[in-house]
Amino acid sequence: MAVLLLADHDRGQLTPSVARAVKALAALGQPIDVLVVGAGVGSAAEAAAQLDGVSRVLRAEGAGWDNVDAKSLAALLESLAPDYSHIAAVAAAMGRDVIPRLAARLDVMPVTDVVAIHDANRFDRPIYAGNAIETVRVEGAPVLLTIRPSAFGAAGKGGSAAVEPVAAGPVESLAHFLVEHRTQSDVPDLATASVVVSGGVALGSTHNFEMIERLAHVLGAAVGATRAAVDAGYAPNDWQVGQTGKVIAPDLYIAIGVSGALQHLAGIQGAKTIVAINTDPEAPLVKIADYALIGDLFEVVPALTSALEKRLGR
Amino acid sequence: MKILVAIKRVVDHNVRIRVKADGSGVETDNVRMSMNPFCRHAVEAAVELAERGHATEVVAVSIGPQKADDVLLSALAMGADRGLLVLAEGRVEPLGVAKLLAKVVEDEKPDLVLLGKQAVDDDANQTGQMLAGLLDWPQATFASGLAVRADGLEVTREVDFGRATYAVGLPAIVTADLRLNTPRNVALPMVMKAKKKPLEVRPAESYGVDFAPRITVETVAPPPQRQQGEILGSVDALVDVIAGRVAAMEA
Repeated sequence: MAVLLLADHDRGQLTPSVARAVKALAALGQPIDVLVVGAGVGSAAEAAAQLDGVSRVLRAEGAGWDNVDAKSLAALLESLAPDYSHIAAVAAAMGRDVIPRLAARLDVMPVTDVVAIHDANRFDRPIYAGNAIETVRVEGAPVLLTIRPSAFGAAGKGGSAAVEPVAAGPVESLAHFLVEHRTQSDVPDLATASVVVSGGVALGSTHNFEMIERLAHVLGAAVGATRAAVDAGYAPNDWQVGQTGKVIAPDLYIAIGVSGALQHLAGIQGAKTIVAINTDPEAPLVKIADYALIGDLFEVVPALTSALEKRLGR
Repeated sequence: MKILVAIKRVVDHNVRIRVKADGSGVETDNVRMSMNPFCRHAVEAAVELAERGHATEVVAVSIGPQKADDVLLSALAMGADRGLLVLAEGRVEPLGVAKLLAKVVEDEKPDLVLLGKQAVDDDANQTGQMLAGLLDWPQATFASGLAVRADGLEVTREVDFGRATYAVGLPAIVTADLRLNTPRNVALPMVMKAKKKPLEVRPAESYGVDFAPRITVETVAPPPQRQQGEILGSVDALVDVIAGRVAAMEA
């Protein structure tokens, strides 16, 4: 038997999280097939074929497969399921949408947001916003998983798997894509960035939030935001870090004007080094930070940005 | 249209949970319980559709122990017309919940089922998608916008790159994200009125579906705790720390 991984891609590019999911699934010790679905996915399929540990890339391509809905995607996966012991996806919008639907069709319980793989049917997953970790054993076949990418390293790029077309039936979508509202930005992918600079509601406005973006630019970092900052309209929803936003594990996390609500802390538990800039020395985020500077962000951040610009020569 | 809204009773999201010393689970005795926050957004969406004349009836359903009647009462106080408690003691997994809900859908024949996108206890994010799969209905998950059109719904979903809008025919499943709306607070008179609304209780076993758990929870452990580090004295010290980390990463 083998493992099937449904690959995320965006505008023709393979999402960096896929390399992490491949690395995670390698622990199962079985061949890994990667399924790439969409229109114009040639380069995403090639990128998947280069990932170490991938034995085959399956490409389901066609006009109807772009923006395909969960029903059609689940039907495609269901048709491939008999050949696989495990079917997995990254725990992001697509995987979260389709894996449970597929599970119901196959009458199995999926294990979502996996952060550790012990063996073929034992996994760790976070509950209560990451305030507890449960080790679970699942019965039934196939085993369905979504993988939390921030919990795993990335597979290398020394592979050369074959890319094969897969027979994909006619698309019978029930939900029809109308329009997307895309956040314009040239910063790195938040889910997998090695440095992330985040701002909280203390920034006070969209205009002030640009301070966060400038500092991020100097550091080559992704930009994050708290739920409160997103709710207030200072930052777009896809920047949200936390239990219900993106869960990240950068090497360096810089939190500016972020008090540290439980659901935000849930999203940064895996960060290697946490730096906090806050006026309140008692803020929960300051209490877990490796380094904290107590001060007014409106004075600290501009000074920090220009000093780092000089120091790093950018 | 007729709306079914499914809600879950969970440990209140403001409670700092405690993992039991024997690793058997999370302490839920004598802990404040309330309606899952995402479910509150689902109830609010259903009640708003009724207030705008799009819905003729809003039925709230919960699957859980007898005590879960308190979250149904909250939903009735928010404006749902009647409640149904599917009585089940012990752990019921999302797949079991979805199967029971599919049976309730057979009985009630709603045009729209609203659910929260995930529950803040198990963080599974599965039930709505599973129900859609069992019924072979369209699904629109993680909704932050919902509008009624002549031929169904227009739903805006929160996705990895931002938001995306879909047209969805009825009947359909929609799961609510936090920015869908602002759930109303209920005043005491509404709670008193809610107590007079019908609330049916029916044993889960009577639906004739297999909802026995498929997953065994072996242990539950607290996550590694982070310790407070160093308070820096100046911006210069912070520059040294950040520049040092960045240099180490690029080395």
